[in-house]
Amino acid sequence: MTSLPPADTAMSHDHDHAHGHDAPLPEVVLRVKALEALLTEKGLVDSAALDAIVDTYEKKIGLRNGAQVVARAWTDPAYKARLLADGSKAIAELGYSGVQGEDMVVVENTASVHNMVVCTLCSCYPWPTLGLPPVWYKSAPYRSRAVIDPRGVLKEFGVDIPADKEVRVWDSNAELRYFVLPERPAGSEGLSEAELIELVTRDSMIGTGLPKPVGAAA
Amino acid sequence: MNGVHDMGGLQGFGPIDREAQEPVFHADWEKRVFALFFGGFAGGFYNIDMFRAEIERMPGHEYLRSSYYEHWLHAIEALLIQGGAVTHAELQARIAELQAAGRKEPH
Repeated sequence: MTSLPPADTAMSHDHDHAHGHDAPLPEVVLRVKALEALLTEKGLVDSAALDAIVDTYEKKIGLRNGAQVVARAWTDPAYKARLLADGSKAIAELGYSGVQGEDMVVVENTASVHNMVVCTLCSCYPWPTLGLPPVWYKSAPYRSRAVIDPRGVLKEFGVDIPADKEVRVWDSNAELRYFVLPERPAGSEGLSEAELIELVTRDSMIGTGLPKPVGAAA
Repeated sequence: MNGVHDMGGLQGFGPIDREAQEPVFHADWEKRVFALFFGGFAGGFYNIDMFRAEIERMPGHEYLRSSYYEHWLHAIEALLIQGGAVTHAELQARIAELQAAGRKEPH
């Protein structure tokens, strides 16, 4: 099994516009519509509130939050010390907390250690700092292999870790989520926090990537 | 409990399939499932542990065949039925209605 797409029947009907094309609505779409309609009629959910939740996670919560945490740690040694000592608290200082980010542990990449994060059991991921996880993070190939062949996985992501550098894999779970503090790129000494934020990628905070090199186009 | 969800160390799942410029959601129904999770949670029908346990109890072949948000939908439906928010019969009846309405719609 390669990555699981959302039900393939649903893929071709992204906008629920199956009617009018002689195609029945996919089963999964019908199940969701039925459930939302019933819950709405019973007064248990409100469609506008559901829209607001979707909007928040689609547009407001994302990797920019995590990038700000990283850039702050790169530029403020006292903040970095607090971040490594108590991730949840230091991240909350910048205003990021809440569902799926209650208990955060930040692991630091150094010249001798590279960290990467997986959730082998499901897909635990720090929503407040990174947003919702990409499909590959939730997929069977990544979850199964990250813990037995991390260097092979990293190579697939284009990251070649020298043999003499230790690779540590952290298995996040529902109670505790890991977050990688990547190494500050060489040559970034003169950059401002705002400029540094641009160098931080999502994958560099999962540990399956590295920050962009200085001078790379945004 | 162990089961197919406990994937660490399993072999044979193939390469990691990454998508460039991946959207947050891949279909409208995924958005609704994501939001409905919060609805049921806020309504006190389940907590995170119950939600995860329900996904982990999925039959292995179904778990592997279905996507992330289908796992969510499975758990939300099951927990809302267990919690008395809706009945299985109500859901089945509404699905049948929607299906029939879809068929009757002019092309």
